[in-house]
Amino acid sequence: MNKTVNQKAWFFVLPVLVLVAFNAIIPLMTVVNYSVQETFGDNVFFWAGLRWFEEILRSPRFHDALGRQLFFTGTILAIEIPLGVIIALAMPRKGPWVSVCLVLMAMPLLIPWNVVGAMWNIFGLPELGLLGKTLNTIGFDYNYTRQPGDAWFTLILMDVWHWTSLVVLLAYAGLVSIPDAYYQAARIDGASSWAIFRYIQLPKMKRVLTIAVLLRFMDSFNIYTEPSVLTGGGPGNSTTLLSLDLVKIALGQFDLGPAAAMSLIYFLVILLFSWIFYTVMTRGDEQ
Amino acid sequence: MMTRLKWLVPTLYIIFLMLPIYWLVSMSFKTTNEILGSFTLWPQNFTLENYYTIFTDPTWYNGYINSIIYVSINTVLSVAVALPAAYAFSRYRFLGDKHLFFWLLTNRMAPAAVFALPFFQLYSAIGIFDTHLAVALAHTLFNIPLAVWILEGFMSGVPKQLDETAYVDGYSFPAFFVKIFVPTIAAGIGVAAFFCFMFSWVELLLAKTLTAVAAKPIAATMTKTASSSGYELGLLAAAGTLTIIPGAIVIYFVRNYIAKGFALGRV
Repeated sequence: MNKTVNQKAWFFVLPVLVLVAFNAIIPLMTVVNYSVQETFGDNVFFWAGLRWFEEILRSPRFHDALGRQLFFTGTILAIEIPLGVIIALAMPRKGPWVSVCLVLMAMPLLIPWNVVGAMWNIFGLPELGLLGKTLNTIGFDYNYTRQPGDAWFTLILMDVWHWTSLVVLLAYAGLVSIPDAYYQAARIDGASSWAIFRYIQLPKMKRVLTIAVLLRFMDSFNIYTEPSVLTGGGPGNSTTLLSLDLVKIALGQFDLGPAAAMSLIYFLVILLFSWIFYTVMTRGDEQ
Repeated sequence: MMTRLKWLVPTLYIIFLMLPIYWLVSMSFKTTNEILGSFTLWPQNFTLENYYTIFTDPTWYNGYINSIIYVSINTVLSVAVALPAAYAFSRYRFLGDKHLFFWLLTNRMAPAAVFALPFFQLYSAIGIFDTHLAVALAHTLFNIPLAVWILEGFMSGVPKQLDETAYVDGYSFPAFFVKIFVPTIAAGIGVAAFFCFMFSWVELLLAKTLTAVAAKPIAATMTKTASSSGYELGLLAAAGTLTIIPGAIVIYFVRNYIAKGFALGRV
C-alpha cells in the first residue's frame, strides 16, 4: 500500500511511546546504572566501571547457565517446530472438527504459567502422579526431583505440551491461506505429497513459521515461572536456566551490580539472536 | 492409507494435551486422604470440599478478583493506545517509523526477570506499588507492542479508499475512526484483546513482584500455599482448575479469529 508522508502521525504514536518509554527506558536505565556501580547498602554507590561485566563473562556459573539455556531452547525448537507443522498438516481444513481442534489445542496457552508448572509437578510425582506412576510401573526408575536426566525430560515434555499449540495455530493459519487452485494445479502436474509440501505449503508457511520461531525463541529464553515451580532449578543446579539464576542473584542474594550486568548481557544475547534470525529469514523478501 | 489415518495425529496430540489437565481436575475432586493414601485413576470419594474452601476464604477468591481486575485494565489500556498507533503505522510514513516499530518489538523480547527489580523500585517511587494499576501498567510493556503488531496487520488489510470515501462524504477524522474504521476492524480488535488478555492472565513474575496484599493475583496465592502449608494438593488442584475456566471461555468466543490474528500481522 502506498503510504502518505505525514509527520503529524507522530501524535497518534505518542501515547504508546510515552507508556512504553516509561516502562522500558526508566527501568533499563536503572539496570545500566546498577551495572557499573558497587553498593554496600544504605544507598551509597561507588563507581565500578566494567568490573561486573568482566566478572560475569568469566564466571563458570554464567557459562553453565547459558549452556543449559541454549540446550533447552535448541531442544524445544527442534521438537516443537516440526511437530507443530506435522499436526497442522494433519488437521482438517473445514467442518465442525476445526473448531473443536482449535479450542482444545489452545487450552494450554491460556493456563497461568505457575499452574502449568504445578500441574506437571503433580502429574510427574513418582507415587501420586499419572505420568510418574505409569513410568515407574512399566519399569523406568523415574524421579524428577532426584535425577537430573528425569528433571530435564519432564521440563522439555512440559514445554512441548505448553507451547507446541502456538506453532500449530500459526502454521495452520498459513496453510488455510493457500488457495485451492494451487492444489488443483499440483494434482494436474502429478506432484507427490512431498513435492506439494516442499514447493507449495512450506514457502507459504515461511512467514508464519518465522514468527513462530521468533516467539518461541524469545519466550523460551525468558522462561522463568514454569521451571521454578516444577523443579526450582534442581536437582542441584541441573535445570537452573538463565532467568532462574538471575532471579537468585538479584532478589535472593541482592547482588545488584552483577545481577544488572548479567541482565544486560542476557538481553543483548536475545536481541542478537533474534536480529540475526530475522535478517536471514527476511533477506529474500526485500527484492 | 496415509490420508485415511491422518485424523490420528491431531487426536493423539489432543489426548496428550488433555492428560495433565484431566489429572489436575480429577485431583481437585479427591480428598487429601485419597490423594496421599492410594493411587486412583478417578475420584473414589467425590468431594467438593476444596472448591468450597476457595469460594468461602477471602484470601482465595480475592486473588481471582484481583487477577481479573488488572487483566481487564491492561487489555483496555493496551488496545486503546495501540489503536491510533497502529493506524499511524499502517497509513503514514513519518520520521523514524521503521525504527520505532522495531524498537517496540524489542520490548516483547525483554526478560521479565530483568525488569522485576527496577519495576518494583519505579512503582514504589511513584506510590502505586500493590495496586491493580501497577500490574496493568507493567504488563503493557509486552502487550502494547503485540497489540500494535496485530492491529497494524489487520488495518493494512483495509483499503485506503475507505478512508478517502469517508472524508469525501464529510466525516471528520474522529467521526470516521470511531463510526466507520473501528467497526471495520472489529475482528482485529477482538484478536488483539484476546492476546492481551492471555499474556496478562498467564504472567506471574511481575504480578507477584509488584503486589503484596491488596492486589495479589491468584497465581501468587497458589505458590504461597504450595510452599507454606506442606502440600495441600487437592486445594492447589482446585485453584488451578478454576484458573483454566476464564481462558477456556475466552477461547471459545474467539476461536475463529485466533489463527488469523498472527497470520495477518507483519513480522
